[in-house]
Amino acid sequence: MADPSYPDDLRYHAEHDWARIDGESATFGITWYAQDALGEVVFFDPPAVGTAVSKDEPYAEVESVKAVSDVISPLSGEIVEVNEALAETPEAINEDPYGGGWLVRVRLSDPAELDDLLDADAYQATLAG
Amino acid sequence: MSVTTETPQQRDRARTVFEKSRSGRRAAVLPALDVPERPLDELIPPTLRRVDPPRLPEISEPEIVRHYNRLSQRNFDLDSGFYPLGSCTMKHNPKLHERVAALPGNARLHPAQMPARAQGALELMWRLQGALAEIAGLPHVSLQPSAGSHGELAGVLLTRAYHRDRGEERTKVLTPDTAHGTNPATVTMAGYQVVKVGTASDGGVDVDDLRAKADESVACLMLTNPNTLGLFDSNIVEIARVVHAVGATLYYDGANLNPMMGVSRPGDMGFDIVHFNLHKSFTQPHGGGGPGSGPIAVSERIEPFLPRPLVVRREGHAIAGSAANGDRVGGSQTPYDLDYDRPKSIGRLRGFQGNYGVFVRSYAYICSLGADGLRDVAESSVLNANYLLARLRRAGVSQYLPLAYDRICMHEFVLSGAPMKRDLKIRTLDLAKRLLDFGFHPPTVYFPLLVEEALLVEPTETETRETLDAFADAIAEILNEAREDPEIARNAPYSTPVRRLDEARAAKQPVTRQPL
Repeated sequence: MADPSYPDDLRYHAEHDWARIDGESATFGITWYAQDALGEVVFFDPPAVGTAVSKDEPYAEVESVKAVSDVISPLSGEIVEVNEALAETPEAINEDPYGGGWLVRVRLSDPAELDDLLDADAYQATLAG
Repeated sequence: MSVTTETPQQRDRARTVFEKSRSGRRAAVLPALDVPERPLDELIPPTLRRVDPPRLPEISEPEIVRHYNRLSQRNFDLDSGFYPLGSCTMKHNPKLHERVAALPGNARLHPAQMPARAQGALELMWRLQGALAEIAGLPHVSLQPSAGSHGELAGVLLTRAYHRDRGEERTKVLTPDTAHGTNPATVTMAGYQVVKVGTASDGGVDVDDLRAKADESVACLMLTNPNTLGLFDSNIVEIARVVHAVGATLYYDGANLNPMMGVSRPGDMGFDIVHFNLHKSFTQPHGGGGPGSGPIAVSERIEPFLPRPLVVRREGHAIAGSAANGDRVGGSQTPYDLDYDRPKSIGRLRGFQGNYGVFVRSYAYICSLGADGLRDVAESSVLNANYLLARLRRAGVSQYLPLAYDRICMHEFVLSGAPMKRDLKIRTLDLAKRLLDFGFHPPTVYFPLLVEEALLVEPTETETRETLDAFADAIAEILNEAREDPEIARNAPYSTPVRRLDEARAAKQPVTRQPL
């Protein structure tokens, strides 16, 4: 399993989600801490393309050998793509949480929400507590 | 030359009895026919007969005995060793109960037997209802629900019927974030929305959070007390007041009744509905999928909605139909009956009358122990848990497995493996797997969810001090060896019939069919 890492180019939500901003859209995933706490992920239940998601609300579920957990949306918008590869290889969420383990791509509806997200240092500070 | 370290069980892949079948082998030889043989067509019309013979295994008697004996040895059960599976109350099941349950009047009773001919069984059920009502501190009991989760569903359906009868449609049910997973699942299944209530720093319900969330849209609060952290919520009177003030019901999840029996009664705390897990608190071999039994006890205001039929005792009433058979039964000699005349009932929850064999064992348990004995059970379960906890608060253990909420516990306690994972590089799962090599069934792991790397330990009252000491020593030894080499625990178990299973693959690619 990969070592702990929290890339500087991502924005973080305190519920252990990351967002990679690309203009008016963003890619979402869960952080290294989240996948480590979950343990081996065995299933990702994605939302349908076109679904509206709201900041701070659950938009998908991940199931690990321990439990089923909600995935919280760090920003609001509409799902434009889901990571289909996870259906066959959900372990990518553990092995490469910021790369092959990405979950969805979202067209953002409220860019002002970006200001509420944390940078890598601020997010890691929440883990220390 | 290399010597294999595999045990005979590990080499001997478990096979089904069908895989062991060989054409022509027999476990029995039938005697010669001593009546005239008749053509099959005369006995069974061809249209009702199967075309192909059934595929039955063909196997000799010694092979069939070994087959089932070996299968039983591949299992871990309470008769094999310590089984401290938290919130499951894996206590010893007295062998006397098996003898009583096997009596012909119990074991051979047909479930469709008419009440007048099943008076003994109905009396046992009626007396069990009375005993459970006394233990709960609530006057009315239904034995129908046949699992803890089934009792929960009954309780939430009763709550809905109660509110509807008052002309109210409520939409939410509150559960603490420490709740057993069956609570929110039950709520969703019954059509309510789950609203989680937080946990305070002492491990109990966050009463301020409860006050903020309790309003007229709330139908019920489902609570386990002591909760899944093994802590008694001493704010229960205030919690009951808040819940009742908004007109909601208070539901008691009986999974953790063991340390309460004969000491304190949910009804006295203000609970309206209680479910019992007879298979946990009142002894019944369980853990393999059943049979369970989850009776419910309710207050007067919930009683009209109880499932039907109810087992009742009718004083001075003849029972229609029984005397007509020419038996010397009828009148006051058959006072026990099934009451279907319950117009507000939520209806039937189960075929027949529930898992009767469990009733027999639990009734035998209650009668064997009596009220004082049940109180001893509760107190001993708390004493055993606190003794084991004290044994685990030693150097070399407590810095890796600290108590999640540092209080005197009830019948179970929760340790956090977070420091162990950080400092020794082994997870709670690895510790659990390694315990199997020491002959212990692991405790519950990764529950409750709010404790990181949780280990939920419930020793029960039926274990000796020597067993508790040996378990604590095993934990210390596993942590000690992990300091030297974490790979030992990571690759455990070594001595079980199968080694470490690939749980991720088992979940992703389950094998759900066994070809014959």
